[in-house]
Amino acid sequence: MISFNVLVVVCLLYVAMLFLVAFAAEKRAERGEVGWLRSPLIYTLSLSIYCTAWTFYGAVGYAVRSGLEFVTIYLGPTLVMIGWWWVVRKLVRIGRSQRITSIADLISSRYGKSNFLGVIVTLLAVIGTTPYIALQLQSVTLSFSVFADESAPWDFSNLNNTALVVAAGLTIFTILFGTRKLDANERHHGVVTAIAVEAVVKLVALLAVGVFVVWGVAGGAGDIMTRIEASDIATWNLAGGRWASLIFLSAAAFICLPRMFQVMVVENADERHVALASWAFPLYLLLMSLFVIPIAVVGLDVLPGENPDLYVLTVPLSLGQNGLAMLSFLGGFSSATSMVIVAAIALSTMVSNHIVMPIWLNSRTGGASMSGDVRHVVLLSRRISIAGVLLLGYLYFRFSGGSGALAAIGLISFAGVAQVLPALLGGIFWRGATRIGAALGLIFGFTVWAYTLFLPSFGDTFLMSAAMVEHGPFGIDWLRPRALFGIAGLDPVVHAVFWSMVLNTGAFLLGSLMSFPQPLERLQGAQFVNVFEHSHNAPGWSQGAAEAEDLLIMSQRILGPEQAQALFQRAAAGQGKQGYYPDTTPDFIETLERELAGSVGAATSHAMVGQIVGGSFVSVEDLMAVADETAQIMEYSSQLEAKSEELSRTAGQLRDANEKLTALSVQKDAFLSQISHELRTPMTSIRAFSEILMDGPMSKDEQDRFSRIIHDETIRLTRLLDDLLDLSVLENGQVSLNWDDSNLHDVLERSVASTSTMETDRTLVIIRDVAQEYLPLVTDSDRLAQVFINLIVNARKYCDAAEPSLTIAVGRRGAAVTVDFVDNGSGIPRSSQSVIFEKFSRLTDKSQAGGAGLGLAICREIMDKLGGSITYLPGQSGAAFRVTLPLVDARARAAE
Amino acid sequence: MRTKHQPVYLERRTYRQRRLRDAARLLPILGVLLFIVPLLWTRDATGAASTGYGFAYIFAVWAGLIVVAGWLSHRLDAPEEGAQGSEPRS
Repeated sequence: MISFNVLVVVCLLYVAMLFLVAFAAEKRAERGEVGWLRSPLIYTLSLSIYCTAWTFYGAVGYAVRSGLEFVTIYLGPTLVMIGWWWVVRKLVRIGRSQRITSIADLISSRYGKSNFLGVIVTLLAVIGTTPYIALQLQSVTLSFSVFADESAPWDFSNLNNTALVVAAGLTIFTILFGTRKLDANERHHGVVTAIAVEAVVKLVALLAVGVFVVWGVAGGAGDIMTRIEASDIATWNLAGGRWASLIFLSAAAFICLPRMFQVMVVENADERHVALASWAFPLYLLLMSLFVIPIAVVGLDVLPGENPDLYVLTVPLSLGQNGLAMLSFLGGFSSATSMVIVAAIALSTMVSNHIVMPIWLNSRTGGASMSGDVRHVVLLSRRISIAGVLLLGYLYFRFSGGSGALAAIGLISFAGVAQVLPALLGGIFWRGATRIGAALGLIFGFTVWAYTLFLPSFGDTFLMSAAMVEHGPFGIDWLRPRALFGIAGLDPVVHAVFWSMVLNTGAFLLGSLMSFPQPLERLQGAQFVNVFEHSHNAPGWSQGAAEAEDLLIMSQRILGPEQAQALFQRAAAGQGKQGYYPDTTPDFIETLERELAGSVGAATSHAMVGQIVGGSFVSVEDLMAVADETAQIMEYSSQLEAKSEELSRTAGQLRDANEKLTALSVQKDAFLSQISHELRTPMTSIRAFSEILMDGPMSKDEQDRFSRIIHDETIRLTRLLDDLLDLSVLENGQVSLNWDDSNLHDVLERSVASTSTMETDRTLVIIRDVAQEYLPLVTDSDRLAQVFINLIVNARKYCDAAEPSLTIAVGRRGAAVTVDFVDNGSGIPRSSQSVIFEKFSRLTDKSQAGGAGLGLAICREIMDKLGGSITYLPGQSGAAFRVTLPLVDARARAAE
Repeated sequence: MRTKHQPVYLERRTYRQRRLRDAARLLPILGVLLFIVPLLWTRDATGAASTGYGFAYIFAVWAGLIVVAGWLSHRLDAPEEGAQGSEPRS
């Protein structure tokens, strides 16, 4: 038997070692050498605070009482961890991106930062955790009492003293390392490292006892199996309801327990640590429970009738293995203390943030304007909260008198905190979940849990009498706490879990469906549910390399890969490092910002770099500056667009001009050859006939005939030259127009009269509506008459009808007058309609009148000069021309 | 830097990654089913099963799940770590 004094000394040494580890870790973290402090292994080991003294001692007792059922407590967390891709990963991401400090903070933040919900969850957590802390105190004092003998200097018949000493020691440790500083990200390197050490100690201790039992006491694995088959727990009374609901309960509690949330989400240093923990933590649990059944079986053999909750300690002790017993004691001690420390930190954060601080801020008229002051107050309130939580635990332990089996208290606590589950899962997976729904669910679940499980657990007290438990309040049968709605015969825990979860979830869903969320709730809901879309580059993913990597990825998008890589490589080389990832020093950030500003502007660059380096906060000013710059860029780009449009228009114009010039050049060649031909024909006949006249005597008749031919040809030549001159003058714009007031009727009358004098064998009937013709014009009436005459003569010449007629119709179209000349001939074929206004474009060669094909070309030029137009009017009975004249004074327009 | 066939390789790797995530999501459901199986076991006259047999079954399933989860998490984690090497992601 170890003397009590040795035990105390070892225990004190162990505690001192823990202090040193925590202290060293804090120092390391302060120097910035986080290194292995943030390794996935530490993270996995810190999760082991799930395994408390309840696990360390209680599992064996549980196994003795209920056989294999104890394993359900570990199967739930195993399923949660191997299903990390569902919930844990999302929680961790949300926790990091929203800077969540506790589970109450998560619920409050999700539902529109409602402090009311924060208070509910905090109260639930305090009420649910206090019995659990009491349980730890109880197990530590019980384990002390095992070693207590007559040599004990203290009176250990009174366990309260031990509990008080343990509680005080834990308070000091927690305050020292849990509230050293008010860290923005709520990480406690010292505490986490100490917990990791304790995790190793308890695992080693339990494995050592297990190995001793299997290979030391029993004869190996085979012998153990036969012992199991021969023991009291050989048969497995599998209660289906309990089996399933305990797996569910432990899984729910694993997510919802404040201390688990603290280590899993708040203390998480890197999301990728979860990947390792997803299998390593289930492995830890497996190892922790592997030897539970063997220890229970051997304990039943060796120490029948003793408290099975202490078999882990008493079996080695009774077999003279003092060293092993000491190790086992330290394992149990570790389990209890680590749980209490983290639970106290988690609860104190919640109490301080959601209850103490709001009250304190409200009580001050000045508000929270003085920041230095507030930090101090927060730390103080946390310290007081830690002491308060441990005091509550101690009081519970004191007044419950250490009653009840450990496992029962543990399950009651689990069921209590599990009430947060619907609001939590609904909050991260369902955007429709609202504050009112969450509040209703929590209140319903909490009430049902307290009524059916928590209050009856005290036994016959003033809170709930035994008669009330038996017959329901006021004798109302269907309200019996152990048989709600008359459903009796269920296991109390199954009954409570079933009804509390059903009513909780029901109220949560119904409340959410019926209520309407506030804007902030909807915003937060979207941020939580779609956290993976909103935080691609989770800030502080893992400081240093990842930040540099994020910066590099961003820079590559802006600067282009080669330039960005060169920049980063240069910076890294400047810091004496290899590769692409320099340390993200302020200097480097500044350089990078400047580089990026060259491409996207200063404000954008600052905001983008700030998002990666300095958290996710972008100020309104930043956004406004970004908006300004964007507006400028847009304006600039629209200017560019306008300019480019103008350029393309000009290019089009140039192209058109070039085409025109080419066409003109072709026309000019054609014109020259045409005119040579036209001039040559009369010249040839003039020369020929004048040669005949010169050659000699001939009759008077012959002489007359030849002279007449020469005369006619000369007239034709003169007319041709006149026309050419006229056209040339018109085309060059050198023509001088005599603008005067005239009347359309007069002009038409003159034109018709002048054409009627022409001697011809064909009579052309001209049809006119004289009444329409009295329209005043300001024009050059001689030139206009020239156009009309040309058109009438053309009709006279070319109309091939048996009884040719020409209709001259005058009409008004807005500010223009149209004069249509339509004859009843066969008209002009479609293919020729486009060329009739060109020079020398005679359609047939039956030019008895000797026209050179310049008439319509001259008409077009004249109308152009007069500010009107002449077009061929298709679709009429014969050839039709439309002359359009402006009604208003066309002088100004023509002069332009 | 990048040769021509690498994008094809990456595409396929991305596809594998997604199926691995599906597998990671399905694993806990498989776990639930396997852990519920003892409820279906035939019992003896007193309505009890053998503890030794149950012990072996539960721990075998447990270990199997851990091995699969370990393999999955290793595969899910590996590419990101690989990308941190000398070649930066673009």
